[in-house]
Amino acid sequence: MPVTSNLVDRRDLALRLWLMQAITVVVFSSLAISFWYFQIVQHARFQEMAENNHQRTLALRAPRGVLFDRYGKVLVENRYAFNISLVREQTKDIPRTVQFLAGISGADEETLREIVDRHRDEPAYRPIVLIEDATLAQVAAVRAHKLELPEIDIEEVPTRHYPSESFAAHLFGYVGEVTDAQLARADYRGIHPGTIVGQSGIEHVYNKRLMGRDGARQVVVNSTGREIVTIGEIQPTEGHRLQLTLDSDLQRAAEEGFKATGFAGAAVILDPRNGEVLTFLSLPAYDPNAFTGGIDRVTWGQLNTDKLRPLQNRAIQGRYSPGSTFKVVVATAALQEGVITPSFRVHCSGGAFFYGRYFQCHLKRGHGSLDLRHAIEQSCNVYFYTVGNMVGIDRLHRWATALGLGVKSGIDLPNEVEGLMPSSAWKKAKKGEKWYAGETISVSIGQGQVSVTPIQLAMTIATVANGGTRFTPHLLKAYDDGGGWKPVPAPPPQSIFRFKAGALEALRDGLWLVVNGFGTGGRGRIEGRDVCAKTGTAQVISLQGGKEAAGRTDKDLRDHGWFVFFAPRDNPQIAGVVFAEHAEHGYLAAPIAKHVMMTYFAKKEGKPLPEFPTPPRPAQVVAAAGAVQ
Amino acid sequence: MFERRLYFHLDWLLLVAILTLCGIGVLTIYSATYDPTKHAAASLFRTQLYAIGIGLGALLFCLALDYRHLASSSLIFYAGTLVLLIYVLVSGAVRGGAGRWIPLGLVNLQPSEFAKLAVALVLALLFGEGHRGARSTGDLLLGGAFVAVPFVLIAREPDLGTALTLLPIYLGIAYVAGLRMRLLAVVLGLAIVAAPFAWTYALKEYQRSRLQTFVNPEQDPRGAGYQQIQARITVGSGGLRGKGFLQGTQGQYKFLPVAHNDFIFSVLAEERGFIGVLVTLGLYLFVILRSLEAARLSKDRLGAYLVAGVISGFTFQVIYNITMSAGLAPVKGLTLPLMSYGGSSMIATLAGFGLILNVRMRRFTN
Repeated sequence: MPVTSNLVDRRDLALRLWLMQAITVVVFSSLAISFWYFQIVQHARFQEMAENNHQRTLALRAPRGVLFDRYGKVLVENRYAFNISLVREQTKDIPRTVQFLAGISGADEETLREIVDRHRDEPAYRPIVLIEDATLAQVAAVRAHKLELPEIDIEEVPTRHYPSESFAAHLFGYVGEVTDAQLARADYRGIHPGTIVGQSGIEHVYNKRLMGRDGARQVVVNSTGREIVTIGEIQPTEGHRLQLTLDSDLQRAAEEGFKATGFAGAAVILDPRNGEVLTFLSLPAYDPNAFTGGIDRVTWGQLNTDKLRPLQNRAIQGRYSPGSTFKVVVATAALQEGVITPSFRVHCSGGAFFYGRYFQCHLKRGHGSLDLRHAIEQSCNVYFYTVGNMVGIDRLHRWATALGLGVKSGIDLPNEVEGLMPSSAWKKAKKGEKWYAGETISVSIGQGQVSVTPIQLAMTIATVANGGTRFTPHLLKAYDDGGGWKPVPAPPPQSIFRFKAGALEALRDGLWLVVNGFGTGGRGRIEGRDVCAKTGTAQVISLQGGKEAAGRTDKDLRDHGWFVFFAPRDNPQIAGVVFAEHAEHGYLAAPIAKHVMMTYFAKKEGKPLPEFPTPPRPAQVVAAAGAVQ
Repeated sequence: MFERRLYFHLDWLLLVAILTLCGIGVLTIYSATYDPTKHAAASLFRTQLYAIGIGLGALLFCLALDYRHLASSSLIFYAGTLVLLIYVLVSGAVRGGAGRWIPLGLVNLQPSEFAKLAVALVLALLFGEGHRGARSTGDLLLGGAFVAVPFVLIAREPDLGTALTLLPIYLGIAYVAGLRMRLLAVVLGLAIVAAPFAWTYALKEYQRSRLQTFVNPEQDPRGAGYQQIQARITVGSGGLRGKGFLQGTQGQYKFLPVAHNDFIFSVLAEERGFIGVLVTLGLYLFVILRSLEAARLSKDRLGAYLVAGVISGFTFQVIYNITMSAGLAPVKGLTLPLMSYGGSSMIATLAGFGLILNVRMRRFTN
């Protein structure tokens, strides 16, 4: 082996090894640069991705505030329910998961898919509630398949519970998932999709107070979604507890009365001294519990297509003609405008001509000569035709407004309607025609264009009862934000006027006679309580027209009955309205009002609460008619 | 056999660097297998310690005997390895599924790891013994045949990743032995030309999809691209200083699969940050450069080729694994030598370094 060649070989070998070293250094340098790029330059981005990987923020739903009645009785509370939800981040195949879940839970696959679809724009780590308020069987089925379904979570969440079911349903309202339309509104800012909010009634109006603040739990999860450890927890804050002005005993009494008599309808009963609502109901009602777990389509469809319209809050949304109860307004207007004095007399011969047209009294043989007190007692149409004609539509309008008709009462419930109290200005604006004096005649007995809601009539009678103050009816008495009960000041009255000397006494006397004399309200009489009241009949046919009458049953066409009342005459403590749908006569609504009043007085004096007497005859008629349907 | 003066020529620095990397590996395995719910690590790190112990024994063995003696009996070692590879294939086929190990009670023997050493020894012997200057084409082909047999056997296991590490061993030795650059260029050119055909005919569907996913991991973030994305997240979230020992989240919560094995470097990057990455990269670079230094200092060609073969396979694997750890290479089941969990790999790697130390230590002996 020649030395020289060996040397050349060696040099060549060294060169090649040196080249290998150089290449290695270059490669390692580029590796170092790559790591520098990921770890230093892009660090923040990857840091966030790593945290999203293993940290999960779970919302802890705050219980909604509990509702109490004025005496501290629990009306609406919360119970714990199981929600089954999907974390899309954890699943590779959503359709398969949904199908599997539907299979083991018995839930409708189509519905589940729709829910997933609705939430598709939300971040994938936020759980989507697929089955709200799952049954124990569903929970057990999902738990049994936990290993196959790591992406399905079961959480225990406080859920609204209405212990007495449909009791005061329209007052409490119901809760449901926030809608897209609501989310678009400014007052729902900060609320996540999927949040449960009040959708009706008190739940809706006081939603902000009731909602509380959701808490959050930050957990570390592994790649299969299993929670490893909790790294932070913010406890949810319960919503404000609200004390309502409602008296659940009176509410129950009213509901019992309606149930016993078989009527649908509405009742608003309040304290005429301050506008606190003691009883508020609309029938038929619904069970708000059906909404808390996301109402199913069948139930929702039934509620919406039911001819009796259970979702309508008749007390503030039903428009009816006031009938004879409007005579209180006519009397007030006439007295206050100085058109008549209480001793003003009219002769009733069973009817009278006005503007060339004959208007009947309800008593064909006539009432003879009557003063105001007795005209109210007898509900004489001719008397009020005459007086109303003397007052004129615009002055009637002014006093009807002062007594709460044609304007919203201002109660703290959503979607109240205004009703209608016509005036010449209204007719000009609406139809471009002048008001004909002849039209005033029908209005004087509460027919024609006038339409009112039950709560408006309640305000009318309460305003008469307290001597001219139209309080704002309200339901919220106090709240507790966790720091003790704080009273809520009553809202200011809507309007105040003073009765002229002798006017209020005359009105009250007349209304007292309705019940305690020879009037139509005898069924409302309570010994020693000086109940004052006025009945009324709201004609259904004239209101809705013959065309609509076609296809309706006889029951649908029967008139509605009104009973407005207060007691006691000289120091009214309770006032209100009972509206009985298709009761034909106002006096048939009287026993319900009487039962509420008796409950009120019994409770006040610490006596046992009365039971509703055996239903009178018309209930059987209604039941029979119902059976025919 | 182990003379006193040899002791002075032992490359202590290289040995210390190797053992430091082993130590970093054990700590990282401990952290990667740590279960935060039980506040305990799996026992894997202990197994790894045993493997290091056995590996040091193998290192001493490979150090103690003159590498020339070892090389001369390398054909027996090579043949024995082939037998084991065939046995693994056959028994694997019998048991069904992939056959890569021979279960030996406590440990599993992975013959493919030892095949790397056997190939390095045989090739060094072939190219180094009695020849001089550049190798003839015939030598290259013969060497290629020595590589091809275990390559096919390992690739059939199937473990294409490990099989591929045989190629740098061959190329490293051939290159150091004077493979003509022109020939290398031709081979590379052919490879490029052959690539589209290989794509269509040689690769299986899952392999194709893996490569596709590598180019664009976002196209399948839940499937094949998942590991790559998670690897980048793991590394990137480490930052400059890292999350701290046992504080990593990607490995412990199993977002990164086989974190203690293929992705050990990602875990290191997560917990020790860029600083830890630089230190570890530096150690590996030192080990490689120092080993090539040993090749340069080698008394004879055999020693130089042996070192070049062993260190080429090692370097390829280190670079590929670390590149993969950062999500910059397609995911292949290639471990990081000296750090990844795995007994056979550790023992074979340390034995390989025993050979390298051997060559340097005996640079003055005859």
